[in-house]
Amino acid sequence: MNWIAWKMLTGDRTKYLGIVFGVAFGSVLIAHQTSIFVSLMKRTGSQILDITEPDIWVMDKELQSVDEVRTLPETDVYRVRGVPGVEWAVRLFKGQVTARTPGGIYRQCILMGLDDATLIGAPRTMLLGTLADLRRPDALIVDAAGYSYLFPGEPLELGKTIEINDHRGVIVGVCETSPPFITFPIVFARYSTATLVAPKERNTLGFVLAKAVPGQSIPELCRRIEATTELKAMSQLEFVWLTVGYYIKTTGIPVNFGITVMLGFVVGTAIAGQTFYLFTIENLKQFGNLKAMGVSNGRIVGMILFQGAIVGVIGFGIGMGLSAAFFEGTKDIVHLKGFAMPWQVMAMTAVTVIIIVGLASLLSIRKVLVLEPAVVFK
Amino acid sequence: MTATLDDVSRPITQPAATASDAPPLAVVCRGVTKEFGSGDAKVQVLLGVDVDIPAGEMALLVGPSGCGKTTLISIICGLLTPTAGTVALFGVEQQKLTGRQLVDFRGKNVGFVFQQYNLLPALTAAENAAVPLIIQGVPRKQAVARATEVLDQVGMGHRANSRPAQLSGGQQQRVAIARALVHSPRLLVCDEPTAALDAQSGQTVMELLRETAVQPGRGVLIVTHDHRVFAYGDRIVRMSDGRIESVETKAAGTHAAEGGAH
Ligand SMILES: Nc1ncnc2c1ncn2[C@@H]1O[C@H](COP(=O)(O)OP(=O)(O)OP(=O)(O)O)[C@@H](O)[C@H]1O
Ligand SMILES: [Mg+2]
Repeated sequence: MNWIAWKMLTGDRTKYLGIVFGVAFGSVLIAHQTSIFVSLMKRTGSQILDITEPDIWVMDKELQSVDEVRTLPETDVYRVRGVPGVEWAVRLFKGQVTARTPGGIYRQCILMGLDDATLIGAPRTMLLGTLADLRRPDALIVDAAGYSYLFPGEPLELGKTIEINDHRGVIVGVCETSPPFITFPIVFARYSTATLVAPKERNTLGFVLAKAVPGQSIPELCRRIEATTELKAMSQLEFVWLTVGYYIKTTGIPVNFGITVMLGFVVGTAIAGQTFYLFTIENLKQFGNLKAMGVSNGRIVGMILFQGAIVGVIGFGIGMGLSAAFFEGTKDIVHLKGFAMPWQVMAMTAVTVIIIVGLASLLSIRKVLVLEPAVVFK
Repeated sequence: MTATLDDVSRPITQPAATASDAPPLAVVCRGVTKEFGSGDAKVQVLLGVDVDIPAGEMALLVGPSGCGKTTLISIICGLLTPTAGTVALFGVEQQKLTGRQLVDFRGKNVGFVFQQYNLLPALTAAENAAVPLIIQGVPRKQAVARATEVLDQVGMGHRANSRPAQLSGGQQQRVAIARALVHSPRLLVCDEPTAALDAQSGQTVMELLRETAVQPGRGVLIVTHDHRVFAYGDRIVRMSDGRIESVETKAAGTHAAEGGAH
């Protein structure tokens, strides 16, 4: 009977392609929109995710995201070091500065100041230059995307200078970073250099990065740090979620984007579900015919589910292929960098397609089951 | 579930087993009534139908439009349940079968020919004709091979690989007849098999039914409006307003297939 179901499905090639396209288009809409949304939200946590050495981020109690700077007294790093269970703790400066190039380009930049002694928080992938050169006077490392914003059209090379608050800095390295939410260049410097060039404030310490001694439970250490320092302490992932949550709550972008995702979902569902449902309804008489000729309701249900499964699998496959091709094709475009389809989105799309096709099948199965086989004489 | 051709294709000459010498009755209806709807919208379509259709001959069910012919044959082949009364096919009372048994009984024992042919557009002629065997669980290759033989018998062997859309109405109806007979059913039910056809094709279809469908042990019941085909019947059951009005039998040897169309 599955053979007959297969023939019914594929007999009219145009109709068959239409249904598969419907499901594929629905999957693309869902997967693509969700992926972009997820990637965009993930970008808000890029600067946290890029720093992997510490277990714990310590910050001001009121701080709500990594992009907010609430400075701490310099001495807080010693207080964190003093908490039992902390193996090491270092300072991290994070601020926004305006950089000017000799070509006259002004750019807002994210300035990261790394602990002078350890350079903890340094970029992990250098495209040009070496990390050690950051120890040279006035040395800066810029991310590749930022370099292209500062020096558009120019090839990557070392030795270029930029000016930050009348301080001249020399680019000694170009690195790879995860793209930030707002596409500012990211400039790395030593902590001492960063505090020197940044606008003067009473305090300069942004974050304390801490490592737990081996075997120490992280949540427990966070609570201990919070208890002794009255600061906020959290793991990398918690901090990412705090930041993502902040953006979702306070900016319209995620909400509006979320609506787009929802629309993609609804439209995708409608297209995929509707085409399959209509297909079965059009074939109602054929199913009635088979019922008259002695096909039981159970086998009819099997046939429709079989058709649904085929349409679902092929449509989903094509949809995922198209989405992946989009992200593959755009991965070298600077401002689209880091946009990708996480496997979770793929799995969620699969589940959605199963639900859509299942629902459409159920609706049409209901129609077929209540169908009087006597319709064959009509 | 798999079956072999031998399981499902009895020799079409095999008589139905009967205890007495009386000719086997293909269909026996007793007190069959049918109402549609309820309350004010209630329509009484069949008002107590008693009729016997013997096997081995061609019975025509005729009557004015709306008198309940289609309703009656739907009940006879188990596609509709009567409001009251019983239908027995070859001694098996349909109302005593469970839903699933009814479906299986119909699949094995009843063949259909419809006014609109009702072929599956995606299948070739041979594949269409093979469907009843496939439903019985005969492997596809075997089923299609058998169906091709039957297509030969209805003069459609040369179009075995054509899709319905590539065939004329008369050709499609011949494929439909092959499909109705491929599993050697004991009862063949046709609803207006010639109504959609021109006179010539209609005649061809009726002749084909006489030659291939009418067999000892098989009941053939044809609903028709078409006066031109009355001559082919061995027995004419006239209906009007939900009742059997008269049953007219012809002496053997006087029908059109042997005596020529009038
Ligand atoms: N499902 C139904 N619900 C309500 N009324 C019905 C239904 N099926 C048939 N009828 C009514 O029953 C009556 C008989 O219908 P039926 O189709 O059996 O007539 P018929 O003799 O086959 O007519 P025709 O020659 O036009 O095909 C008609 O008045 C029709 O409207
Ligand atoms: Mg009718």
